[in-house]
Amino acid sequence: MKIHEYQGKELFRAAGVPVLQGIVAKTPDEAAAAYEKLGGPIAVVKAQIHAGGRGKGTVIDNPEQHGVVLAKSADQARAAAEGLLGKKLVTIQTGPEGQTVNQVFVEAGCDIARELYLGIVLDRAVAKPVLMVSTEGGMEIETVAEETPELIHKEHFDPAVGLEAFQVRKLCKKLGISGAAAKAAAKFMPAMCRFYVDYDCELAEVNPLVITGDDQMIALDAKINFDNNALYRHPDVAKLRDLSEEEPSEVRASDAGLSYVKLEGNIGCLVNGAGLAMSTMDIIKYHGGKPANFLDVGGGANTDQVTEAFRILLSDPNVKGVLVNIFGGIARCTTIAGAVIEASKTVGFDVPLVVRLEGTEVEEGRKMLAESDVDIITATDITDAAKKIVAATGV
Amino acid sequence: MSILVDSQTKVICQGITGNAGTFHTLGCRDYGTQMVGGVTPGKGGQNVEGIPVFDTVEEAVAETGANATMIFVPPPFTADAILEALDAGIKVIAAITEGVPVLDMVRVYEKVRASDSVLIGPNCPGLITPGQCKIGIMPGYIHNPGKVGVMSRSGTLTYEAVWQTSAFGLGQSTCVGLGGDPIVGTSFIDLFKLYEQDDQTEAILMIGEIGGSAEEEAAAYVKQHVSKPVAAFIAGRTAPPGKRMGHAGAIISGGKGTADEKVAALEDAGIVVAPTPADMGQAVVDAMKK
Repeated sequence: MKIHEYQGKELFRAAGVPVLQGIVAKTPDEAAAAYEKLGGPIAVVKAQIHAGGRGKGTVIDNPEQHGVVLAKSADQARAAAEGLLGKKLVTIQTGPEGQTVNQVFVEAGCDIARELYLGIVLDRAVAKPVLMVSTEGGMEIETVAEETPELIHKEHFDPAVGLEAFQVRKLCKKLGISGAAAKAAAKFMPAMCRFYVDYDCELAEVNPLVITGDDQMIALDAKINFDNNALYRHPDVAKLRDLSEEEPSEVRASDAGLSYVKLEGNIGCLVNGAGLAMSTMDIIKYHGGKPANFLDVGGGANTDQVTEAFRILLSDPNVKGVLVNIFGGIARCTTIAGAVIEASKTVGFDVPLVVRLEGTEVEEGRKMLAESDVDIITATDITDAAKKIVAATGV
Repeated sequence: MSILVDSQTKVICQGITGNAGTFHTLGCRDYGTQMVGGVTPGKGGQNVEGIPVFDTVEEAVAETGANATMIFVPPPFTADAILEALDAGIKVIAAITEGVPVLDMVRVYEKVRASDSVLIGPNCPGLITPGQCKIGIMPGYIHNPGKVGVMSRSGTLTYEAVWQTSAFGLGQSTCVGLGGDPIVGTSFIDLFKLYEQDDQTEAILMIGEIGGSAEEEAAAYVKQHVSKPVAAFIAGRTAPPGKRMGHAGAIISGGKGTADEKVAALEDAGIVVAPTPADMGQAVVDAMKK
């Protein structure tokens, strides 16, 4: 789960990670008032969407309007908010359709001496979290990793212990930080590592992390992804979820306990198991078609879930055909067959439907489909299924 | 022979009195697995269709001589259940549970690796030595005793692969579902070591997916250390970057973990890579002819 920058900074503040004063605004007037309250002389107005690259990103139909704007007066703050609120901001992470800005964060300015990068992720190779820092603050870290990997410095840490003092000293040396700034780092870096662990983060990134003219270390941005599996122990974080930032069909699917990702193609896929669902997309593509989605109905799928899955698939206007690929393990083919029949009554199919069933209770499941009056193209294996759906959708 | 489990393996189920725990315990027993007991704290002394329930794993091991466990407890308690099994000296621990917090696994992983026990999963279908011992949720009937070691990060895709190798008449030595999470107890490399030494295994099929670098690491290992024929398939060739495909592990991030990179590394190691999921059985046949 992702949250907004301003929410992340509230959590940072509570965890002892230094951030600047800031106020969230939902109208241009609120933005102007926020500027006044912060007291100037400069403030930064930042679009709040769940995507990075906001500073370079621009509003659709207004290439002059960037997602992060410097304001030197209340009027400038108001104008910046006017240019962003209700508009769609396109960044390298949003895709061409952009994301609507529903609120802006008006933040006090500061005297920036240096811009650094700091990020914490899980290093799967060693099964430990890793703190990464770099002198290349403000840059896309992926680009830095690609072009100048020697500029990224890493320290793994044990979640139970946190970052050790000597690890901070090593990183400071590599970043060229000394004196009062190194003292600030000795608080900032362990606090961030503690934050990552305490909140069960998947990613905690501060880019840029700034050192001010008076050697303070401040998080100028806050990008946090939480481990969804651990949200049950962070009800305060779960409340911060902003559904307006998510694809509506994906929200609907997750409410039904389905794993769904919307894609650009026109062949709807309904599959059990993540690996098989990915492979089904792959084989559709291999035979010249384009999958409209990833959809895993999971192992214990019941009739209601499968019916809802069909509703979600068919509500996508791009979908010109549906491929059902089930290898029953825990999920029984009879359940799926029953759900297909049920869904055809309640949802109704006006596009071709190809069904491939294999596994637990397959004979009974096939029989149920054959004896029903649902118009189904049956397939014997996944190649057959992919070819038939590609042919039926006429691509 | 086979790897990890055979007809002598004595298995308990942690979480045996839950719906899934009961259902699959009975499914495993029906398959022929020696299901000797189960554990649910507070329900010791009861039984599930004749299978005794204990309060602690320690007690279950003392009473039954169990040396393997399958874990069905809910996600918040899975790490603890794994550690309890480890503490009781259980040698093969299969954690089926899906949805375990990653940082819980960081804590568990280090302890498992420092022990001589093997953890399969979490978020996995389990493991099976056909005709001898099934620990997990896979449909038993698609498996046949045979030559191919099958290992996978995905559940249903493993069934597909097993079904295909059965159709070619090859059968399987032992099939292991490693699990779809970012941190799992056992890697492809761990199993390559075991398959390489196992007499029954004549070829190895590895089913990977996008995300992480486990497949690349495995390819490098195979190049150096594996003499048996190896075939592979990578799921997610068409998955877009930045989107998580169901498994928490299956995400291409920062341009890393793509299927193309993985396929290139595998082919470089002399592994036959199936172009589509329908060709996994054929890829094994081709690898064995090479």
